Amino acid sequence: MSELVRLSAAETAARIAARDVSAVEVAQAHLDRVDAVDGKVHAFLHLDSAGALAQARRVDAGELTGPLAGVPLALKDVIVTKGLPTTAGSRILEGWVPPYDATIVERMRAAGIVVLGKTNMDEFAMGSSTEHSAFGPSHNPWDLSRTPGGSGGGSSAAVASFQAPLGIGTDTGGSIRQPAAVTGTVGAKPTYGGVSRYGLIAFSSSLDQAGPCARTVLDAALLHAVIAGHDPRDSTSIDAPVPDIVSAARSAEITGMRVGVVAQFKGEGYAPGVLARFDEAVATLEKLGAEIVEVSCPHFDYALPAYYLIAPSEASSNLARYDAMRYGLRVGDDGVAGAEEVMALTREAGFGDEVKRRIILGTYALSAGYYDAYYGQAQKVRTLIARDFSAAFEQVDVLVSPTTPTTAFTLGERVDDPMAMYLADLCTIPSNLYGGPALSVPCGLSPDDGLPVGFQVMAPVQADERMYRLAAAVEVALGTDRLLEQAPEL
Amino acid sequence: MEGVTTTADLVPYDEVLDRYDPVLGLETHVELGTATKLFCGCPTAFGAEPNSQVCPVCLGLPGSLPVTNEKAIEFTVRIGLALNCGIAEWCRFARKNYFYPDMPKNYQVSQYDEPLCVDGYLDVPVPGGETYRVQIERVHLEEDTGKTLHVGGATGRIHGATHSLVDYNRAGIPLVEIVTRPLTGTGKRAAEVARLYVTELRDLLRGLGVSDVRMEQGSLRCDVNVSLMPAGTTELGTRTETKNVNSLRSVERAVRFEVERQGALLDAGQRIVQETRHFHEDSGTTSPGRSKEEAQDYRYFPEPDLVPLAPEPRWVEQIRTTLPEPPSARRARFAEANGFTPLDLEQMANAGVLDLVEQTIAARAAPSKARGWWLSYLVGSANERGVEPADLPITPEQLARISALEDDGTLTNKLARQVVDAVLAGEGDPDTVIEAHGWKVTGEADLVAAVEAAIAAQPDVVDKVRAGNLGALGPLVGAVMKATGGSADATRTRELLQERLVG
Ligand SMILES: [Zn+2]
Repeated sequence: MSELVRLSAAETAARIAARDVSAVEVAQAHLDRVDAVDGKVHAFLHLDSAGALAQARRVDAGELTGPLAGVPLALKDVIVTKGLPTTAGSRILEGWVPPYDATIVERMRAAGIVVLGKTNMDEFAMGSSTEHSAFGPSHNPWDLSRTPGGSGGGSSAAVASFQAPLGIGTDTGGSIRQPAAVTGTVGAKPTYGGVSRYGLIAFSSSLDQAGPCARTVLDAALLHAVIAGHDPRDSTSIDAPVPDIVSAARSAEITGMRVGVVAQFKGEGYAPGVLARFDEAVATLEKLGAEIVEVSCPHFDYALPAYYLIAPSEASSNLARYDAMRYGLRVGDDGVAGAEEVMALTREAGFGDEVKRRIILGTYALSAGYYDAYYGQAQKVRTLIARDFSAAFEQVDVLVSPTTPTTAFTLGERVDDPMAMYLADLCTIPSNLYGGPALSVPCGLSPDDGLPVGFQVMAPVQADERMYRLAAAVEVALGTDRLLEQAPEL
Repeated sequence: MEGVTTTADLVPYDEVLDRYDPVLGLETHVELGTATKLFCGCPTAFGAEPNSQVCPVCLGLPGSLPVTNEKAIEFTVRIGLALNCGIAEWCRFARKNYFYPDMPKNYQVSQYDEPLCVDGYLDVPVPGGETYRVQIERVHLEEDTGKTLHVGGATGRIHGATHSLVDYNRAGIPLVEIVTRPLTGTGKRAAEVARLYVTELRDLLRGLGVSDVRMEQGSLRCDVNVSLMPAGTTELGTRTETKNVNSLRSVERAVRFEVERQGALLDAGQRIVQETRHFHEDSGTTSPGRSKEEAQDYRYFPEPDLVPLAPEPRWVEQIRTTLPEPPSARRARFAEANGFTPLDLEQMANAGVLDLVEQTIAARAAPSKARGWWLSYLVGSANERGVEPADLPITPEQLARISALEDDGTLTNKLARQVVDAVLAGEGDPDTVIEAHGWKVTGEADLVAAVEAAIAAQPDVVDKVRAGNLGALGPLVGAVMKATGGSADATRTRELLQERLVG
């Protein structure tokens, strides 16, 4: 393995800028790494070697500069890329080549970031293991029999297995943070509206948010800074300055910071090893000068059911457009079947079981006579959860919890048990419902099974810098930026 | 064919309304005249090559997002204010979910329980001096769908078609829906009031400058709800909704037909089916739409891709100050000033020349002449060309000039028409045309000379006339016309000839 793939994104960019190494060499080293290990990991769905090398040449020619110029990146296949197939992990988009780039893709290209290819995911980002991908699951580099999490397991697995120092994920209920936690990487969900959704294939519009995957907190912040900022093409995008997340990630200074431990996220269902590592991290923060407070957020208990009404409701509408009429898969068009029949046959063949389950759930929840009891009620719970956050942030600067109740589970273990699968996102969902930023940073390996444990930091809306400051402190104190050195050779 | 009503199943309109009170409801869709679509920057021009005015947003491509066109909000607020509505201080778009190939996302971004404008009214004057106040329930903004063309069938309908083509140019064009409350108390004037309401609304919208309101191009479309209740009772009957009634005349016919059909059913003791019906322009009848549509559950919910609308009260008040005078008030003032009767006004309004007559008078034509020119001549020219009178290539100023030349005797009426035709043919200004053709009325002295020359040249014709055969004057008039190059006043020529020959 070339040492180039072991470098952080910041180091890589610095060496390229200093002409120590060329962007093309860096890109090639990563493409070679993909070649060597992705047969086992299955992080990528489409590789764009030619495009990556062409972009690297532009960086080497000095056309593109910036703090991440020349750094390779693994892009979740839910972000549309002009001229490069985009499937969202679904058969239904088979053959579709988008005619436009997502805003964040434009921004990353302009910043000289080298997109290596598109990564695997649960279909339409619905899942916590990548097992709901139409193209087969990805594997956790720490243990290939286990899941790298989901839905963005492909990007996190690529970053964890040194196929790319950076990745892009999207987080609707934890799809960036949960994979980060179980692969020993860093993953951040920015404030809702902090990063443009234009070109992010919608699962649940009011919850979806794209964000960075990386091996260090600073790398995540650097990427976050590239993709963030107001976009006039996204009405829900925040028209305000981006918080200074990069300085916060560099500082790691937390003296006097008030840290709230969420009382609801422990007990039954939480692995002892996960709680042990989490408690140690909290104790370390206290030693570093943080003020630790236990905070109760009573409505967090209702976050999971509320989420499983709101997200499927929006999804049932967002996924209605996949009807074989304009793009993607078309089944049963024999010249005799009518449009309605072709739509039905295509959706039957093109969507997987989990997607169908959620479309049915969402359609039901929005139906006349059920709307108030389900969707309406869930929106009320959402408001109560946001109030819990607001009340908590009057007492503390950030909230912390384990990112996931357990470490990576075994592939196949939960795929037929939706409830067990949904529980993987128990701790991550509240921030999506609230809209505030949240991040997962590794806090060591579980004494139970030797697998990574994630430490979640949640911050108020538009205070993304706080979570980076605290995460950087965790990383420095526990040395977890080098955690992946303990992962087995592939 | 199933569901077709024959004339045998109808009871005459007046007879039905002797026994039943009609209740009307009108839903009018207006395409706004914004330069770009509601949620993207695509142009809205009518008649472009199919699917040439589309982008990822209005095609609903995965990942695309809507951004609201502020001009469309402003236009909707203008309409709401002109209809005396309250403007919501905070409201949201909603998704209306249903599958149809001409809907790119299989949901339509519309408004549901939070419309932008609510609770207004429109006063509709009817001939005879009465006015009906039509209560407006709501005015909301939504995106239009694409257009489906069914190919291979006999009727252009989906039934029997071999395939369908979809044009998404129209998808995403801003559409305002204006919904009335049930309108009662119109009695036998129901059909007429329905037409006059749409006419009044059309004129109001045109005056607001928010739409070109062309019913024939579909920028103004009407759904007509009709129900009957036994005379003197107050419990509303079951209504039908006749979709896409696309001309003023059809609005009236659709109401008449539904009254006659429903009256016959009620008389026979049958119940009215609540359903959507189609209007047939050719026969003036309606037939049931797909009954499936009735069971439709649109699963409305707030559109999460858009932020709520919150029109600033100050901005709304600023728009209010720019509203034009309402059409009814404007018309009353106009009629008063120019001595027009209500019938004159109605004729001009129906012919779509009211504004043109007003502008022609403003350019100093005599009111009766301005009215005469537009109503009796130019409306015909417009019909021949298949355009609206306003689109004729002649300006009110040019017409006023021609009318003035006619008044001072420079042009005969026949010559004036020739000048109008030449202007319409693109030959230039009236004065240029007259100059180029040498069209001038022949002076009295020249005319007398030409008359005398004609008498001298045709003694045998003169004899016949003198013998009392006035019908024989023709060849003499012809000779005068020939001699004056057609510019002689024909009436005066006859007078002069008769003076000389008959005495
Ligand atoms: Zn467009």
